Amino acid sequence: MVVDARKITTDERLAALTLPSGGGWLGAARKNALGRLQAVGLPTRRDEYWRYTNPAPFNRATPAQGAGGPGEDPFAGMDAYVITIDGDALDLPDGAPDGVEINTLSQAAEADIHWARDLYATLEAAGSRPVSRPFAMLNSAFATGGLAIRVTGPVARPIHIRTIGGTDPILHHLIKVDADASVTVLESGSAGARSNIVTEVDVADTAAFHHIRMQGPDATQQIDTHLFARLGRRATFKSFTLSANVQLTRNEAILEIVGDDASAHVGGAAFGRGDFHHDDTVFVTHGALNGESRQVFKKVLRDGATGVFQGKILVREGAQKTDGYQISQALLLDDDAQFLAKPELEIYADDVACSHGSTTGAIDETALFYLRSRGVPKRVATDLLVLSFMAEAVEEIADEDLRAHIGAVLADWLSRH
Amino acid sequence: MTALDDVVVKDGVDAETVEAVKGLSGVYKHGWNTDIEMEYAPKGLSEDIVRLISAKNDEPEWMLDWRLDAYRRWVKLDEPKWAMVDYPEIDFQDQYYYARPASMAVKPKSLDEVDPKLLETYKKLGIPLKEQALLAGVEPAPEDRKVAVDAVFDSVSLGTTFKSELAKAGVIFCSISEAIKDYPDLVRKYLGSVIPASDNYYATLNAAVFSDGSFVYIPKGVRCPMELSTYFRINAENTGQFERTLIIADEGSYVSYLEGCTAPQRDIAQLHAACVELVLLDDAEIKYSTVQNWYPGDENGKGGIYNFVTKRADCRGDRSKVMWTQVETGSAVTWKYPSCILRGDDSQGEFYSIAIANNMQQADTGTKMVHLGKNTKSRIVSKGISAGRAQNTYRGLVSMHPKAKNSRNYTQCDSLLIGSKCGAHTVPYIEVKNNSSRVEHEATTSKVDDDQLFYCRSRGMDEEEAVALVVNGFCKEVLQALPMEFAMEAQALVAISLEGSVG
Repeated sequence: MVVDARKITTDERLAALTLPSGGGWLGAARKNALGRLQAVGLPTRRDEYWRYTNPAPFNRATPAQGAGGPGEDPFAGMDAYVITIDGDALDLPDGAPDGVEINTLSQAAEADIHWARDLYATLEAAGSRPVSRPFAMLNSAFATGGLAIRVTGPVARPIHIRTIGGTDPILHHLIKVDADASVTVLESGSAGARSNIVTEVDVADTAAFHHIRMQGPDATQQIDTHLFARLGRRATFKSFTLSANVQLTRNEAILEIVGDDASAHVGGAAFGRGDFHHDDTVFVTHGALNGESRQVFKKVLRDGATGVFQGKILVREGAQKTDGYQISQALLLDDDAQFLAKPELEIYADDVACSHGSTTGAIDETALFYLRSRGVPKRVATDLLVLSFMAEAVEEIADEDLRAHIGAVLADWLSRH
Repeated sequence: MTALDDVVVKDGVDAETVEAVKGLSGVYKHGWNTDIEMEYAPKGLSEDIVRLISAKNDEPEWMLDWRLDAYRRWVKLDEPKWAMVDYPEIDFQDQYYYARPASMAVKPKSLDEVDPKLLETYKKLGIPLKEQALLAGVEPAPEDRKVAVDAVFDSVSLGTTFKSELAKAGVIFCSISEAIKDYPDLVRKYLGSVIPASDNYYATLNAAVFSDGSFVYIPKGVRCPMELSTYFRINAENTGQFERTLIIADEGSYVSYLEGCTAPQRDIAQLHAACVELVLLDDAEIKYSTVQNWYPGDENGKGGIYNFVTKRADCRGDRSKVMWTQVETGSAVTWKYPSCILRGDDSQGEFYSIAIANNMQQADTGTKMVHLGKNTKSRIVSKGISAGRAQNTYRGLVSMHPKAKNSRNYTQCDSLLIGSKCGAHTVPYIEVKNNSSRVEHEATTSKVDDDQLFYCRSRGMDEEEAVALVVNGFCKEVLQALPMEFAMEAQALVAISLEGSVG
């Protein structure tokens, strides 16, 4: 008899979880997501989209190790509205900026009529086709907390979601940006030893969503995130993630352009050493005219660290004049590091300009030699070259202050790790 | 009228490109069939059929055992589904695995004894089966343009030309069925050593039921005095063709090998599952060129050949070099990834491909470059052109193993879509496990050799023109190496520019 390993893994994982109580629209959505998860099962190494990242740590019923510390706040000193999620404790502080209404997920669930109802698990379910995202389904079914953020106008101050504490948190955020509204969302923190965070972002016509996320440094953490977004006409979406020395990270971004003239950018810079595995999986779908998308990912790896990039641009039939760009680059600082990439294009429209590039190699010895000949110590020279390598990704951050801030954090993290 | 006549072509794609593709997409010119008495093995696949094929070829016991082992593996395997192709399920029991012209029951001693109808078939296809340096429709060629041909018709090889002249140089060129009898030690040593019988679904099937194919051995230090070629013709209905080619290039040898294929126009799809194994020892070089022009099916996707082929070169020797060149214009469905295992230090693999898919054709093709040895180099240049309602996928792997220090890969894959109902896809896998190697994957037209581009641009060309010139110039060089039979298609392909291409 053939033993179905997938079913066993799925059953064991589900046995360790309890569907949160409460009916209403959220309860129905949870049950639906659970049904979808049971139909596809949790991933295995044999699945095409897990060939470069072993899903076993995410499949385990409980995390392999205890939680690390909360870590320092990389956005400390910035004028932001900070919401701290500490384990199950989620209090919304006073002083939310104008143009935004924020509820916790449980508050939203208590209301019979709430905008969150139409968004919860909607983009997640849509984004699970054609490639299933089992951990996002698991999240939709079992999320223990999260935020429902409605942006109704231009928001002057960034909203900072700081997630700390907990043991194995499953968080699900909903962000709805109305027409002409704009917001910047910052994310940071070390939540639990293992975390599963899904964020669904609905960017309406002419709305703008900016997202900056910091992960690590925390060598004990295992992070699995999904960022689902839908973009309306002339909508703007920009997301950038800086990751350092997180043991295992899988960041998935699933973006769908449904309105004409929209723009979606997603980028990331990651560096790590030793027991470090970092996976960026991106799926951008162009379903409308004149869409523009960019994927810019850079990784710096050493001491056996592994970097993964799986990026896809799908241009649907009729999505003419699409401009899609994708670049993934890795700098391997020693012989034990490795980079595994699968940059894909799937194109069904003839009047498009899509391109992708991927390069992997060692640090430029000539440049290193030049710096050293100028008296720069090797360590510092290497850091300088790494920073210049990362710069193209950091440049993706539109906001000048934030860009400078991230650049400084990157330099600081590099010098210390 | 072709499916392209009513296509609105977007700005930027030049008229010559469209004309060239139209020329290729017109009426399939090799769609006629040869009316001849055939002898078939019973329909379907079983151990008995495997035994029968082995018996027909008068094979030794070890060969039958190898086949049976493959067959027993195959029945337990599932058909791969990962390629971006979609076709009705194949009923492997509803076709013939062995078809031979009745006149071939007693193997002719030479081509002179072969049924004139069969020889006529090759004449009509423009394939020279007479030992002369003439190619169809061409003025007498210089003496050095001789091409030796192995003609494979359905399940059997009709004969091989220039055998004695090649033998003088020590080159063995014959059908694989003859090689199994005449050179068992060589065959036993190398058959399945590049593509094991357990390799993949279609390769396993091939190992069980291959009926014929070509065998080449180039001895140490010999530069093969002429080009070798095999021409595959599927003629019988409901019959799969499973041929196996094995080429061994011993130390310091060189051979250029050409492969062509056509089939009659029929309403029912036919299966072609071939294996090609290349073995290269130290300093050996093989150029393997293919013009694949199997019947592609009609405008509505009816009929055509399912071309599921495993081709692999094993660069075992240091400094060995292999070059795959393919022009893929035919087949309803193509599933083909000519690969290079760069095992020897300083070995090199190259893959140049032009794949054109039109009407309802589906092509999922590319290459694998597996770098195992030090200082190994590979280069991939792939051009995909989609028209009609066709789907064209480039799928490739570049793998740098930890011990492949100081290795290099450069990959460029461009696609061109003509019309808004077709698709072009790129699925590269890049795996780098050491840091002294450098891997570059480009799918933009702006990154062809910068020096050449700069030169062209300094002469007043715009970037598109410059890129087209550089790449087409390269294509021309490769395509001109093909024999004249392929030249008609090759000439048309050269006109295709890269304008408006996407990754």
